[in-house]
Amino acid sequence: MIKVKIDSEKCKGCNLCLMYCPKGLIKESKILNKRGICPVEFDSSKGACIGCRFCALMCPESAIEIIDE
Amino acid sequence: MKEIYKKSNILTDAITHYCPGCGHGIIHNLVCEVVEELGIMEKTIAIAPVGCAVLAYDYWKFDTTEAAHGRPLAVATGIKRARPELIVFTYQGDGDLAAIGTAETVHAANRGENVTVIFVNNGVYGMTGGQMAPTTLLSQKTATCINGRNAKRDGYPLKVSEMLAVLDGVCYIERTSVHNPGAVIKTKKAIKKAFQNQIEKKGFSMVEVISQCPTYWGLSPVEAVEKIEKDIIKKVPLGVIKDV
Repeated sequence: MIKVKIDSEKCKGCNLCLMYCPKGLIKESKILNKRGICPVEFDSSKGACIGCRFCALMCPESAIEIIDE
Repeated sequence: MKEIYKKSNILTDAITHYCPGCGHGIIHNLVCEVVEELGIMEKTIAIAPVGCAVLAYDYWKFDTTEAAHGRPLAVATGIKRARPELIVFTYQGDGDLAAIGTAETVHAANRGENVTVIFVNNGVYGMTGGQMAPTTLLSQKTATCINGRNAKRDGYPLKVSEMLAVLDGVCYIERTSVHNPGAVIKTKKAIKKAFQNQIEKKGFSMVEVISQCPTYWGLSPVEAVEKIEKDIIKKVPLGVIKDV
């Protein structure tokens, strides 16, 4: 299974990953990080990640890692 | 467990000072990926500009030096001529390269210095508060042209890439952007080619990257990348401008 690991402390909540995820598997978190920003989180309940890397390519903070378990 | 994507090892773990959605972070990672793939980390020297990317040395593990506002290409010329075996590149914004540093840029390009230039163009002075830059597009609103840039009052946007392409010393110029994943991949290819040209001693190479500045465009990051797609790349078309 492919998993998207998002560093929630690095995320600044720009939502560019969320915009480009073709499967809509990234959503805004309701929990604030240490800097008071709502980061994004990976939500695999809607389907399976296809590992296209779009989210990671668009992340200005390089906060996304994708692994195949 | 297989790794599908991981940020470049040359990029430090520091949290950048850039605003949310800024294109600088994407371009920093691309530069690091290219340096890592070409295996030139030990002999790469970057010259950071004055502007938003002034603290770039905190984010890169290779050696970085800082130049006075607009003068990275003068410093790059010195380093490259003194140590021709090093890979020297400048990372400059539009206020740095196209405004205060126009003279250094034009003459370094005309001399055909064997260096690489990453020119990040967001059409606005980000660090100082969003004033109009030479590359600000007509009708674009900034802090110093609140009703939009007017050609009669403010002149026309400076087309730096087209301007430098006519010079004989220039070997490669491409304009790319980072507004969607496809554009990011193309930008990486262009940056790689610009570095390869320097390794092959071909001469002056520049990649102009159209980047988003959500804060001073007054848009959300998502709206800013949509603006590039729908508006900006129609006015400043992407593609290879010169490749000799």
